[in-house]
Amino acid sequence: MEANIAVPTDAKNTWSGGGQKPFGASYGKMMMWFFIVSDALTFSGFLAAYGLTRFKFIDSWPIADEVFTHFPGLHGVHAPMYYVALMTFILIVSSVTMVLAVDAGHQMKQKKVAWYMFATIIFGIIFVGSQAWEWKNFISGSYGAVKTTDGKILQFVKDGHQIALSDFVVGERTDHREEHTRKNGLWFENEGTISTYSVDQVVNSYKSNPDILVRTELIDKASKSKTILSREDGLAQLAKTKMVVEGANLEVNEYGNTIFADFFFFITGFHGFHVFSGIIINIIIFFNVILGTYERRGHYEMVEKVGLYWHFVDLVWVFVFTFFYLV
Amino acid sequence: MAHAHESNTKRIWIVLIILTVITTVEVALGIVKPASLHLTSFLGTSPLNWIFIILTLVKAYYITWAFMHMEGEKKWLRRSVVWTAVFLISYLLTLLIIEGSYIHNTLAPLVKW
Repeated sequence: MEANIAVPTDAKNTWSGGGQKPFGASYGKMMMWFFIVSDALTFSGFLAAYGLTRFKFIDSWPIADEVFTHFPGLHGVHAPMYYVALMTFILIVSSVTMVLAVDAGHQMKQKKVAWYMFATIIFGIIFVGSQAWEWKNFISGSYGAVKTTDGKILQFVKDGHQIALSDFVVGERTDHREEHTRKNGLWFENEGTISTYSVDQVVNSYKSNPDILVRTELIDKASKSKTILSREDGLAQLAKTKMVVEGANLEVNEYGNTIFADFFFFITGFHGFHVFSGIIINIIIFFNVILGTYERRGHYEMVEKVGLYWHFVDLVWVFVFTFFYLV
Repeated sequence: MAHAHESNTKRIWIVLIILTVITTVEVALGIVKPASLHLTSFLGTSPLNWIFIILTLVKAYYITWAFMHMEGEKKWLRRSVVWTAVFLISYLLTLLIIEGSYIHNTLAPLVKW
């Protein structure tokens, strides 16, 4: 047995755990590990719930590389997953600079620790910024779709590729619908953004353009791609159109199942919040390093402990990346 | 600390290279999606998905063991963390995924496409 048994002590040094070191680890480090275990269980709860929901809708779940297709500077270019791969790489590199800071701490090299911590913070900020950009694209959407009365999303394709509403919708909207702002209707009342096109406009544009086909959410088992309907079937589905959907939020999602968007916001948001708090903690420790706190304390174990948290955030992202973007 | 003054810089860079290569392979496979791996089925899902899951676990191993320095911890600290997580997560996943398939099998016939 390698474990020690805690011995009662009169010393009032609860935070450091005194001289007791079960498993040869200090109080703080061991508690950081156990916090990480509990946080890992939280995240796996979310991912397992995502798994349950995905299996529930296994025949209609959105296909990730048709959803996340943007890359900064490349407008309208279909770039599946390149951006999220870059984000993953950035987070791995930030993990490396963090572990280099820990390594420099073991050798009591204050300046090196400070520089590596600084690099870690910068990479962390870049990652959170990238995530915000990813959210922005997801929220504003790329193509637009319509939703039917039975809750299904219909997208539009031309020559086998999905096209945006703006690529084929023509004419003026016939319902004379205008967005209700605080100025043009009831005083100091307003509504949310209304869609660019009306339902009639979309349906009529479909009718007048024989090149356009309707694509449903249903996944064809043999080819593992979404089913494209014939002109007649498409029209029959479009007759049930309730609303035009542009982008994704917690209520509607132009890419398919709304609950896909809910899970995306919740899980990547929760992870992003972890990254954010990791950055804050890293900044605090960074200033402590500069002020020489750990130099005076004689060891850099605090850097090691926040390092554990930071690596954990990277570890979670590895799983989020796999289950949201790859599988 | 037993490992107080030694430097592991070389190992850190090697692990970075390993993680980068694995991520690149994953992304390349995810973009190309070779039909022989993507459209066939093996143990309930496509071989491609199994490759992704295994590569993810390899990455998790390197992050935990090398970056979080689990390899330098005492055996029972390692076990109290890893075993707890692995057993509970496998249990949860098994139940929820079986349940998800059951819900699908029950509800899917009622959905008209």
